[in-house]
Amino acid sequence: MSILVNKHTKVITQGMTGKTGAFHTQAALDYGTQMVAGVTPGKGGTSHIGLPQYDTVAEAKAATGATASCIYVPPPGAADAILEAIDAQMELIVCITEGIPVLDMVRVKRALQGSKSRLIGPNCPGVLTPDECKIGIMPGSIFKKGSVGVVSRSGTLTYEAVFQTSNIGLGQTTAVGIGGDPVNGTNFIDVLELFLADEETKSIIMIGEIGGDAEEKAAQFLIDEAKRGRKKPMAGFIAGRSAPPGRRMGHAGAIVSGGKGDAESKIAAMEAAGIRVSPSPSLLGETLAEVLKG
Amino acid sequence: MNVHEYQAKELLSRFGVGIPAGIAALTVEEAVAAAKQLPGPLYVVKAQIHAGGRGKGKFKELPADAKGGVRLAKSVEEVEAFAREMLGNTLVTVQTGAAGKQVNRLYVTDGVDIAKEYYLSMVVDRATGRVAMIVSTEGGMDIEEVAHSTPEKIATITIDPAQGFMPHHGRAVGYALKLTGELNKQAGTIAKQLYTAFMALDCDMLEINPLVETKDGNLLVLDTKMSFDSNALYRHPDVVALRDETEEDPAEIEASKYDLAYIKLDGNIGCMVNGAGLAMATMDIIKLNGEFPANFLDVGGGATTEKVTAAFKLILSDPAVKGILVNIFGGIMKCDIIADGIVAAAKEVNLQVPLVVRLEGTNVQQGKDILAGSGLPIVPANDLGDAAQKIVAAVRKVS
Repeated sequence: MSILVNKHTKVITQGMTGKTGAFHTQAALDYGTQMVAGVTPGKGGTSHIGLPQYDTVAEAKAATGATASCIYVPPPGAADAILEAIDAQMELIVCITEGIPVLDMVRVKRALQGSKSRLIGPNCPGVLTPDECKIGIMPGSIFKKGSVGVVSRSGTLTYEAVFQTSNIGLGQTTAVGIGGDPVNGTNFIDVLELFLADEETKSIIMIGEIGGDAEEKAAQFLIDEAKRGRKKPMAGFIAGRSAPPGRRMGHAGAIVSGGKGDAESKIAAMEAAGIRVSPSPSLLGETLAEVLKG
Repeated sequence: MNVHEYQAKELLSRFGVGIPAGIAALTVEEAVAAAKQLPGPLYVVKAQIHAGGRGKGKFKELPADAKGGVRLAKSVEEVEAFAREMLGNTLVTVQTGAAGKQVNRLYVTDGVDIAKEYYLSMVVDRATGRVAMIVSTEGGMDIEEVAHSTPEKIATITIDPAQGFMPHHGRAVGYALKLTGELNKQAGTIAKQLYTAFMALDCDMLEINPLVETKDGNLLVLDTKMSFDSNALYRHPDVVALRDETEEDPAEIEASKYDLAYIKLDGNIGCMVNGAGLAMATMDIIKLNGEFPANFLDVGGGATTEKVTAAFKLILSDPAVKGILVNIFGGIMKCDIIADGIVAAAKEVNLQVPLVVRLEGTNVQQGKDILAGSGLPIVPANDLGDAAQKIVAAVRKVS
């Protein structure tokens, strides 16, 4: 098994006729993903890189039976594209777009509540289940079917974790980049819950970075789940240990986060939850292998 | 993006927010003219720099017992004397760092009879994904200290974007400030105006400290800091027009022209990386190997040869750089494009320092072939750990 996506997942692309959308849709097709259509307003009825185009998400869904959408729409229209996908009740929405205004995402986050959709991202590399389904921009060549679940806030550090677990022969069930924006659709806890429930995922790598308190909350979630008897071997990494304190004008952000958010606080919280935190981003695979040896 | 206090207040006043009368001045003459237009007899002369702590700040060029960057003047003559002392001089505050900031603009305002000071700010709370108002009776203080030592004096009010600012939010703000009657109503009104401004202008952070109650029973914004979401500036040309580039690092301005995220640091190994997380991790691993990064530089997704060339020049503009580490894990970026940029830039700047390049991901072999065939002394690395060790060794050999 895997989480979120598999070989049966039918995927559409919103913003497919743009250069980035077309390039990565082609790469997803080459990987074997069931890409079934594109949505580009005004281009309904045409075809692009061999896929039918529709004017709206609802039309594309009705015609193809797609359950997932990948969004490459540029920032000014990206929130609207996500809202359209929520409106059309797409089960999984993956938004790659970087640079969406945060107040647009505040509205999107509200629209997700009580909806039938799950949003991954924005500003993320997507979701990939090896040899089955690639949604987003991850390089498929570094993946290997296997037993590690990977979840990360950083796109390129997701690739590091994937590459290293492939190199040591463990491979992955699914990799999920949840994105680095302050307001996003899916957090660590949502993905960890899926990995804990997935039988084929035998171990997990979680990669965080400085800022916010998502890692601390995820650590508490893992502690609570372990008390209920659900626990899997985990390795982790926090980026930004060497970052100098950020320059800022006011203090409001620091107060909301209640003093959390620096690398040391996150590492301490993760270790308290039983995650072996790698000192170096190049030792993620080795660290996990050590944990598995016991 | 940040703006000056006087610009922020002007923006807020468009939404009906009460502010003391005031006029910005770039010269001593303008400061005098500004004071003459105000009713008097009390004036406040405020240095306009993008940093807090101005009142307790010190001017580098003035004696240690001289007054700070916010001064109460009792006559037009005193306004003139203060303006002469402040303009062109360097104000050092807890937020400017030791170098301080040159004062090029002043804000001359009406003096206000203050009965009590309050605190009110707004940010997007990432835990809830909603706008949160933070309110406290302890205005004018270091609010982080208040939050730490007396958290019960801080109230947080979160606003559901589907409903917007409702009357109950306004009442909650008023009660959190322990205000009743007319002042409670005023607090609700001003909180709603501030929320409207926050949403309409795509603010990143809006802080009012202090919000003051005047002796004649009005609530006014006495000081404010306002910053804007850089991703939303495209829809606010009027805000962009307020940008004061003299307040920003020239290298960072140059970087922003090419859509690069660059922050100068104190080490000697220049870094060029794709993705903020990997860029931070690259800095971390350099430090782990015993050296320090000279910068944070994220070339982002979809970089062009031109963008990579600019990134390279930016790194080399720092004379402290003794070597460069390029670490690219291609996803949205293709390694051959990066390789083209590296080769073109290295040739253009006649690169004299060691260069270690680690490429992985999409089109990795084409990228490596371009580097190998360039005829340049580029040291290839197999992975991030290998890259860090190689650049650290190379830099130590040089120095």
